[in-house]
Amino acid sequence: MAEILVLVDHVDGEVKKVTLELLTLANRLGEASAVWVGAGYDGAKDKLAEYGAQKVYVGADEELASYVVAPKAALLAQLVQEKSPAAVLVAATGEGKEVAGRLAVKIGSGVLTDVVDVADGFVAEHSIFGGGTIAHAKVTTGTPVIAVRPNAVAAEAAPATPAEEQVTVALSDTDKGTKIVEKVVQEKGERPDLTEAAIVVSGGRGVGGAENFKIIEGLADSLGAAVGASRAATDAGWYPHQFQVGQTGKTVSPQLYIAVGISGAIQHRAGMQTSKTIIAINKDSEAPIFELVDFGVVGDLFQVAPQLTEEITKRK
Amino acid sequence: MNIVVLVKQVPDTESPRKLKSEDSTLDRAAADGVINELDEYAIEEGLRIKEAHGGEVTVVTLGPGKATESIRKALAMGADKAVHVLDDALAGSDALQTSYAIAQVLGRTGFDLVILGSESTDARTGVLAAMLAERLGVPQVSLANKVEIEGSSIKAQRITDYGFDRVEATLPAVVSVVEKINEPRYPSFKGIMAAKKKPVETLGVADAGIDAGQVGLANAATAVVDFAEAPPRAQGQIVSDEGDGGTKIADFLAAKKFV
Repeated sequence: MAEILVLVDHVDGEVKKVTLELLTLANRLGEASAVWVGAGYDGAKDKLAEYGAQKVYVGADEELASYVVAPKAALLAQLVQEKSPAAVLVAATGEGKEVAGRLAVKIGSGVLTDVVDVADGFVAEHSIFGGGTIAHAKVTTGTPVIAVRPNAVAAEAAPATPAEEQVTVALSDTDKGTKIVEKVVQEKGERPDLTEAAIVVSGGRGVGGAENFKIIEGLADSLGAAVGASRAATDAGWYPHQFQVGQTGKTVSPQLYIAVGISGAIQHRAGMQTSKTIIAINKDSEAPIFELVDFGVVGDLFQVAPQLTEEITKRK
Repeated sequence: MNIVVLVKQVPDTESPRKLKSEDSTLDRAAADGVINELDEYAIEEGLRIKEAHGGEVTVVTLGPGKATESIRKALAMGADKAVHVLDDALAGSDALQTSYAIAQVLGRTGFDLVILGSESTDARTGVLAAMLAERLGVPQVSLANKVEIEGSSIKAQRITDYGFDRVEATLPAVVSVVEKINEPRYPSFKGIMAAKKKPVETLGVADAGIDAGQVGLANAATAVVDFAEAPPRAQGQIVSDEGDGGTKIADFLAAKKFV
């Protein structure tokens, strides 16, 4: 079986769910080899083994994680040269896509981003124009470099005993062009990451103010969900921009998406349309969000959302 | 300071966006063109840096004739001049080729700073800044929501999934910006009038130093296999709140095993 490289996405040794999804996908297409960059591998190795990494390349030198993106691409480029894998998979996060871009230039390969599935022959499925069109594409030159969206594939445990290989790479001055002087991890409490969450509860213009977002947070917490916001809400300064769902914000594809006080402008729909189940609460029965929903309530969110939170808590 | 801002004309999100059946490329005729939204933040950032440090802002775009609308907008906001590479040879280029073509143009214009939006609203690949930095061999200061320049040093906040990184580099550099880094200005009437007199250099690929054999659909490193409209979502049940709306949603969630 052909070897497929999977770049591990982790924060200080904590492996992101998307990496487990990529390992599952890689094992469907060939044999998954995880590529670890930076410190913290010892704490993560069991997780990678549990989800089917057949092999792990460990680039443990902390210098690799001290500069923006380029060292990761350099390490992957070296592995592509030495191991001739059939493809390289990365997470389609902001950083993952940039690694893919630099790697593609380094090895002269085509790159596909925001992929939602990969079939035999590395034919990649894309959901484009805000979910309105499904396109299939493939890389025709070089080793396919494919960035896959979080939540696109379900991670499946498939315990393996991976062989480990330490990897070193000599960084050029260009690779060390942008130094990371401080990493600031913003507190998000117990809530899951927005792009990885199985359930997302988002608030929009109807929420009416920053203080009212506690209603959205309360509902989210009752479901163990992440909190999102529409552009209207982040533009108004009610909720931080990093939680914006939509065309110029994050794209999410959870099992369940609950839109509260969100009308459903195209800008917003582009970021959540591929959610599996969609629920909306909005006082305007004409709101376009209702065109997408599996279940919708026309009503006052200040009545409906707290009642929903209470009901969920009661039924747990 | 020689500041180059990259601008792309994209189909308006509000108008129907589709691919052409004959070659699976974007149907630019089907939709109204607008300047890519995030590029307005890039232009604004370029103008602010110029206002603080002096220099000149040059707009660079690759695209069909219609793209002049976006160039005019950038010039009306206050950019000084523009380079428009207009050549059918570019049609259908993928990200790898586009980064090659733009790098060639930047070799010609020179730059201390290249500023671009972190992604376009049509293809949304988000790879261009990284590819350009790699090709040009300069620092990648991307996904920035704050940029400070002092002499030849640049400091930025790079947004990440966990928060942000504080990063530092030395000019020249490629900078990509995210929404809300600033508040893009509206072109003034004076600005719109002045834009009409600002120089726009229109080049074919050969004049721009781009090898036609390395760009365009036929030479792309990726290919669309097929595409189709996504099946419309079947509309579900919609009820009016009669005082039990929350309970009804909870019942629905229970039936779907979410609670």
